[in-house]
Amino acid sequence: MDLFANLAIGFGIALSPFTLMLAVFGCFIGTIIGALPGLGPSNGVAILIPLTFSMGLDATSALVLMTAVYYGAMYGGRISSILLNIPGDEPALMTTLDGYPMAKQGRAGDALVISGVASFTGAFLSTIGLMLLAPLLARVAFQFGPAEYFALYMLAFATLGGIASNNQAKAAIASCIGLAIAMIGVDNNSGLPRLTFGNLHLFDGIDFLVAIVGLFAIAEVFFFIESHGKNTSIGVKLDKVRIPFKDIISTGWTQLRGSLIGFVAGVLPGAGASLGSFLAYMGEKSIAGEEGKFGTGVPRGVAAPEAGNNAAAGGALVPMLTLGVPGSGTTAVLLALLMTLNITPGPTLFTERPEVVWGLIASLLIANFVLLLMNVPMVKVFVKVLSVPPWILLPGVTMISFVGIFSLSGSYFDLLLMVAFGVLGWVLRKLDVPTVPIILGILLGGHMEDALRRAMVLSDGNITYLWSSPIAIGLWVVAIAGFVAPMFLRGVLKKPQRVSD
Amino acid sequence: MNRKFASLAGAVVVSFGVTGAASAAECIAPANPGGGWDFTCRQIGKIMHDIGAVDKPVQVTNMAGGGGGLAFTHVVTERSDDADLIVAASSATSTRLAQNAYAGMTADQVRFVGAIGADPGVVVVAADSPYQSLNDLVDAIKANPGELAFAGGSAVGGFDHLKPLMILQRAGIEDVRAVKYIGVDGGADAITQTVGGFTQAMSGDMSEIVGFLKSGDVRALAVLTEERVPGFEDIPTAKEQGIDVVAVNWRGLYVPKDVSDDTFNMWADRLQKVADSAEWQEAMAANGLAPFTKVGGDFQSYVDGVVAEIRTLSKEIGVIQ
Repeated sequence: MDLFANLAIGFGIALSPFTLMLAVFGCFIGTIIGALPGLGPSNGVAILIPLTFSMGLDATSALVLMTAVYYGAMYGGRISSILLNIPGDEPALMTTLDGYPMAKQGRAGDALVISGVASFTGAFLSTIGLMLLAPLLARVAFQFGPAEYFALYMLAFATLGGIASNNQAKAAIASCIGLAIAMIGVDNNSGLPRLTFGNLHLFDGIDFLVAIVGLFAIAEVFFFIESHGKNTSIGVKLDKVRIPFKDIISTGWTQLRGSLIGFVAGVLPGAGASLGSFLAYMGEKSIAGEEGKFGTGVPRGVAAPEAGNNAAAGGALVPMLTLGVPGSGTTAVLLALLMTLNITPGPTLFTERPEVVWGLIASLLIANFVLLLMNVPMVKVFVKVLSVPPWILLPGVTMISFVGIFSLSGSYFDLLLMVAFGVLGWVLRKLDVPTVPIILGILLGGHMEDALRRAMVLSDGNITYLWSSPIAIGLWVVAIAGFVAPMFLRGVLKKPQRVSD
Repeated sequence: MNRKFASLAGAVVVSFGVTGAASAAECIAPANPGGGWDFTCRQIGKIMHDIGAVDKPVQVTNMAGGGGGLAFTHVVTERSDDADLIVAASSATSTRLAQNAYAGMTADQVRFVGAIGADPGVVVVAADSPYQSLNDLVDAIKANPGELAFAGGSAVGGFDHLKPLMILQRAGIEDVRAVKYIGVDGGADAITQTVGGFTQAMSGDMSEIVGFLKSGDVRALAVLTEERVPGFEDIPTAKEQGIDVVAVNWRGLYVPKDVSDDTFNMWADRLQKVADSAEWQEAMAANGLAPFTKVGGDFQSYVDGVVAEIRTLSKEIGVIQ
């Protein structure tokens, strides 16, 4: 069979001691990068690209190293989500919802192990998917035009109300704030700046990493200052870390479903890992219903988004390799690396450069096992973070946040903006307005608007164009159901617990 | 233990940020990693070091913002005499300068030192499209101006938008603004929209379509160069189809305005060496770039001419006042 012959080529390349060493090194660095708030996979990979040049790596080795960093960062992102309630990177946002409550119940170790295993499941299945279906799945992108993308984002926002808060109105206000922030910058359709007040720094809009780090990490620091170090939410009880086999087995189906949803979201160009973890969490939550107690710290609430975001990471490689269309920020950086190495991703990459593609796939499989070992037995290392007193930890977090954000653009303006977001986060939390919908608004709002504007250009402003294809209609039906259903169910079932503290 | 991780990662970050600040040259890519400017800096910087044109590796700084405007302002206001600084530029730089998109900055506030390769403009349609030649497409647009839409990788008013407008203008269509254009995230995305049938044609650069040409998903109707591009001899130029449009996306560099003439010439020489190197020939071939070497004063006057032309066109089509 071609597949096995190809895999044999791949493993022949990936199993050389040097390549293996690179994979292990990449996984380790990646996990750290993911765990640090502000340093997400995309800037992590970008920072490390010069390293591949100075080490004089050939194309395959460079790709192995960078994808190991990429997968590692996707694993690492969950660590600070669970331990600090600060997402290590944007896709880990949803993991805070149940991961942090679990940690507060003294189950930090369990949450880390379950999420580690879920990450493995997601990443492993999506690598298999990448291997088997890549050329086939690439065609899916051709089916998604502006109307379909708009319906997809509509689906994400329609199901947004129920998360992160027991007050739908406050969640809606928060999403609107997020959408308003997403409007800032040059309007893609007219080339005119909006809401920039003539400030050149605002022309490209506000980077969501700046918003995430400000709203989560910096706001946390303000709370710490306000309480003089007392009553801060950091300082979670800790017990011995053992492997919670029962929870791992009971979340088995959750992991499989999360992986599937995440993988599909990853394959769609532009949707990426954040949407993957979000849809995986929302899907699982609606399957579980109110009895699932999502948001209160349940293992399924940790397993679903982690399987989703790691599967999306693998899925995002599909359009990147087969079409040259990056599915996420990090794959855009990987695309840059490939082009610098004189490899042009596109429909012919699989046939023209099999050694690159299959070497990459084989090393992804290896990296996955390395990461599982690194993230489950070594989880104690990461739990140790809890024994560091907050008055050391928080200044450390602050410093890393500043360095991380500065490394994005090298602009002090982003640092000021980050502090402003910190103040906003502090005020909103005082008002009990959840911050997660704001981030999602910033993250998805721009794409959603672009899709709408393009659809309107193509259809001469005819709104029915938005539901003119079977795919779009299907997405609209699910979106409307997701929006309406909770309104009727709310009277019947009791309200979800609030998790915004 | 975690603090060790933190300080280690911190050290990684800091070392990449600081090394070479002392004397190595710096190349600013005015965009995030992944685009053409980033490619220009990394590839030219790497080759300059590999062939010994510079002693130390060229440090690449990504300074995204304002479509390159942030980096332009930074160079003009803060580093106008830095002899160790080069900045990646392309047709997008001159287009935006011509359209006043850099907050009042003008092309004469820096010195354009050279271009060593160009990405030829192309117009492609899906493989199953009924349009076999550029004139088929133009005739269809003449018959039903509102029916056809172009997709491209740049925003409205950007270079990919200007290309079809220039074609239609030369073909005698008076109200070129009636033709639809959507700007998506990059050329590959524009192709997926066109192959998917959401738009009828794609306007982009040769490098963006190479893979899709080979796989047979798209058909190139015209390349916007003076002569057919080596390696792609079967694609006719727009010119030979009777529509005289030449639009290439050159890849080059500018330096701060107040550097000495010696420094300017030194960078021009280094760029010439890169252009002559086997490594660059290889990089160009792999990325669909056509030879296009203009360095020094020659290039400066070319840019001045292009800026004037785009300004006139942009006024005609109403992109600027």
